[in-house]
Amino acid sequence: MSWMEDLLLLGIGGIAVSVYGVVAGLLLLGIDRKLVARMQARIGPPIRQPFVDVQKLFTKQNIVPEHAVAWLFNGAPVVALVSSLVILLYLPIGSIPPVLSGYGDLILIMYLLTIPALALVAGGFSSGSPYATVGAQREMVTMISYELPLAIVFIAIAWRMSADGIGDPFSLVTIMQYPLWGLVGPLGLIGGLILLFILLLVTPAELSRIPFDTPEAETELAGGLLVEYSGKNLAMFYTAQGVKTLVMASILIALFLPWNPSGLLGLGGILAAGIDIAFFLLKLVVVVFASVTLVRAMVARFRITQVVGMYWLFLGLMGIIALILLGIDAIGGA
Amino acid sequence: MNPIQTLKRSLWVFHLNTGSCNGCEIEIVATITPRYDPERFGIRLVGSPRHADVLLVTGPVTGKMIERVKRVYEQVPDPKVVMCIGTCGQSGGVFFDSYNLKGPIDDVIPVDVYVAGCPPRPEAIIHGVVTAIAKLERREGGA
Ligand code: SF4
Repeated sequence: MSWMEDLLLLGIGGIAVSVYGVVAGLLLLGIDRKLVARMQARIGPPIRQPFVDVQKLFTKQNIVPEHAVAWLFNGAPVVALVSSLVILLYLPIGSIPPVLSGYGDLILIMYLLTIPALALVAGGFSSGSPYATVGAQREMVTMISYELPLAIVFIAIAWRMSADGIGDPFSLVTIMQYPLWGLVGPLGLIGGLILLFILLLVTPAELSRIPFDTPEAETELAGGLLVEYSGKNLAMFYTAQGVKTLVMASILIALFLPWNPSGLLGLGGILAAGIDIAFFLLKLVVVVFASVTLVRAMVARFRITQVVGMYWLFLGLMGIIALILLGIDAIGGA
Repeated sequence: MNPIQTLKRSLWVFHLNTGSCNGCEIEIVATITPRYDPERFGIRLVGSPRHADVLLVTGPVTGKMIERVKRVYEQVPDPKVVMCIGTCGQSGGVFFDSYNLKGPIDDVIPVDVYVAGCPPRPEAIIHGVVTAIAKLERREGGA
């Protein structure tokens, strides 16, 4: 019965990836907080601080406000956490192929990426607070703005690969096999760097971190989307935030930094997988540092209109330039 | 695991102004600057009372604020600690016997820790938080 074996494998893989997602995600949040503190000449919280926070939130009272739509209000955090864990199943970890490789590709990931954000929006609207409603509207606007540059990045890479006659260019396994940098000439290299820059800037918006944390704006919206959440619901959103950080960093690594050291060192078996995972975690920290921590420590929050203008005009334009560069590169190379 | 063990390493603070002169607010902001860095103990200012573990109340509670103070207190999920910052919340302070005061704060909501001073220094506020943790532990141990 092979389908039963498949199912069993999927179950084990799913549990393993969930544990990995939660632990690594919270760890990334902790490292991010520590690094920001260091950049502000502070000592900063211990790296396990997010774990303590989540543990504490689970022991707190869980209030459902009177005006809230209870089933949606309680369901949204679960959906946010589970859907961000599901994306992880489609992403490679180190040299280990994704658990669900062959079942989904970049296009699916792009659709799945909207679900945690939509869950946040649903939770915000259902909590019956004007602050949360404004936050939810802002989150939707942010989503609409970063979707265009994100799609350009995915499509540009896949298109460049298909121009070289590589089959199945949207599959992450294929993209890992043929890194973009090996395919392109100098013009394409510039295009690729622009795409990398765009994805680095889309990441904080996807995660609603400073400077794109307009939906949660603590000072103006009192926590925005999450204003009415407490206790274990808030803990789930908190964890989902960590998993989403992990997801975005993993996507960036899979697309732009897919190298693994085991091939170079000529290792095999378990040792190779271990080294690859260690190297992968290192890459995660570097990516999160560059796209979240550094930006967060340097700049203040944008207004929502500025967010839209920046993504549509500035990054959209840059994306199209990168697309054209890659196009010229493909024609020149052929 | 004892809930207090995690609570005391991750105190989220919400600040409520009930009509203070803003002196205490400035000292609270000074407390969260890098010089004192309370984040190393997991202390963090949050924007919503629903996220909070500690309620910092400043000011002498004016007539308009009395209902709001009660409401915000009820919005904080249990277990919670209330800290009264500044002298005017304890006795009226410089506003003593004013026509529009309904305070002091502990006539309106139960207060766990009092931090005196007009305004108190950041060290005093941090000491107040430490006292609050000690009180929580005692309350949990005795129960
Ligand atoms: S205690 Fe003094 S400084 Fe603080 S709010 Fe009252 S009057 Fe102002």
